[in-house]
Amino acid sequence: MTTRGRFSLVNLTALTLGLAFLYLPIAILVINSFNDSRLVTVWGGWSLRWYRALMNDEAMLEAASVSFRVAFLSATAATVLGTLAALALARVARFRGRLLFSGMIYAPLVMPEVITGLSLLLLFVAVAIDRGFWTIVIAHTTLTLCFVAVVVQARLVTFDRSLEEAALDLGCPPLRTFLTVTLPLIWPAVASGWMLAFALSLDDLVLASFVTGPGATTLPIRIYSEVRLGVKPEINAVCTIMIAVVASVLVAASLMTKRRQTRAAAALGARL
Amino acid sequence: MEKSWLNRVAILAPYAWLVAFFLAPFLVVVKISLSQTAIAQPPYLPVFDPAAGWEGLREFFAALSPDSYVSIAGDSLYLWSYLKSLMVATFSTLILLVLGYPVAYALARAPRRLQGVLVLLVVLPFWTSFLIRVYAWINILQHDGLLNQALIALRILDAPVSWLATDSAVYIGIVYSYFPFMVLPLYAALEKMDETLLEAASDLGCPPWRAFLTVTVPLSVPGILAGSLLCFIPIMGEFVIPDLLGSSSTAMIGQTLWLEFFGNRDWPVASALAVVLLVILLTPILIYRQREARVLESMPGKVETGFPSGIATKKEQRA
Repeated sequence: MTTRGRFSLVNLTALTLGLAFLYLPIAILVINSFNDSRLVTVWGGWSLRWYRALMNDEAMLEAASVSFRVAFLSATAATVLGTLAALALARVARFRGRLLFSGMIYAPLVMPEVITGLSLLLLFVAVAIDRGFWTIVIAHTTLTLCFVAVVVQARLVTFDRSLEEAALDLGCPPLRTFLTVTLPLIWPAVASGWMLAFALSLDDLVLASFVTGPGATTLPIRIYSEVRLGVKPEINAVCTIMIAVVASVLVAASLMTKRRQTRAAAALGARL
Repeated sequence: MEKSWLNRVAILAPYAWLVAFFLAPFLVVVKISLSQTAIAQPPYLPVFDPAAGWEGLREFFAALSPDSYVSIAGDSLYLWSYLKSLMVATFSTLILLVLGYPVAYALARAPRRLQGVLVLLVVLPFWTSFLIRVYAWINILQHDGLLNQALIALRILDAPVSWLATDSAVYIGIVYSYFPFMVLPLYAALEKMDETLLEAASDLGCPPWRAFLTVTVPLSVPGILAGSLLCFIPIMGEFVIPDLLGSSSTAMIGQTLWLEFFGNRDWPVASALAVVLLVILLTPILIYRQREARVLESMPGKVETGFPSGIATKKEQRA
């Protein structure tokens, strides 16, 4: 293991530059959100004035509330459907239409959003569903359930099935086995799937723009319409808040799941 | 557990959902791409009317026409859009590969105890909003933005250059946004590599650069392929980045489709554009599906362990 030991200067440079490339633009945005000057390029001293301005921006607050409700509902639905899909993919080796099923799970992950968005909208128009809040929820559920399925499936194929089999052999009904043995074991993956779905929904502009209707403006739609007109200090503040929300949820979640994992492991006497 | 009703529910519920909201919509798109534009609500003809019975169905099929495809083929505007998308997707995938490879390589060679944190740092921006990340670049690239200020301060430039509304800005935005998608599959492939192979090469007198080209690169081909497809396919249909950072002179196909739909309200042409784009992407999507779909599984799982899940498993096995 000679090569592993020394971490060459070239590697260090590549890594530093790579991470700088990823984080510098975000850092600049965050710092700018505290800039007192209206001109984003002139530093006018630290200030919270754009955050105060934001608190009075009714349209933006309304959009944020729509976005959070959509994200919560669609992430929850996607987690249920995606976990079921993961169970089907990981546990049922053969069933009619399995190829189509796994194709439909993987295709949305790379499918350009304009295609998915357009096709969903045309479906809603063809069957005369009123567009708005619920159509966005449906669109986001469809996209994000695939991500949840992939995350949970990765967990399902790695864990020890003998625990499940033991429960079933001892006469525990399948649903109860699932709820008391399987679910606690895959819980970290289910939780991170939910968060991923939540983050993706909060983020989506293209799908929401296609399937939205009157009265349902999400935060990205709102931000997008402002950004098209140029840089605005208020937008920097919104973005900083969104970054802070996502980052703190992630940190909390990784702490929580780690603790839960240890507890589940101790309770089941299994090494995770 | 193979035949329990739970499994049946596990298959049927998501299956039904995806057929209804992923597969069926495509059929609707194909149907509307064969319709005619109309000043009506919805703005296309014919509208399928189940009440009209068999006669109505016959008329419905008779009214379908390939007009939209004919007009796409006949108008160089659309052709240029496809070509532009193809070009941008190809070049930015190449740039991503060139920039991502050293970073992925360094990640895979980093001290073991640091790797978890470093991978987390690469994945983290993936969780923050796509729109925000693109918007962050407007701050930097605008006329009196930081990039121009920095370049002038370093005396590389005498006067500010317009970065926004150029192809360079589009490339910067795309490379920035898709960076994690390229680095992670590469990392997953490089991390798996058996390093004794490199030792063997060096013991046998092979210089490091040659060992890199003849051992490391060929072994990382699955990662190269996965990362490239993971970037290429969505970039082809990219809308937000070229719309916010690019110029309007030559639009990418995502923008053209958007404009046809929202601007011109020509739903049949927009649908036909989507169908053609899908046909173009079908081959790469199938290759991706067949070969390296699993690499994706390693992406978002990192919250639970700090490692992409596939990789964590390998480490556990090794331990």
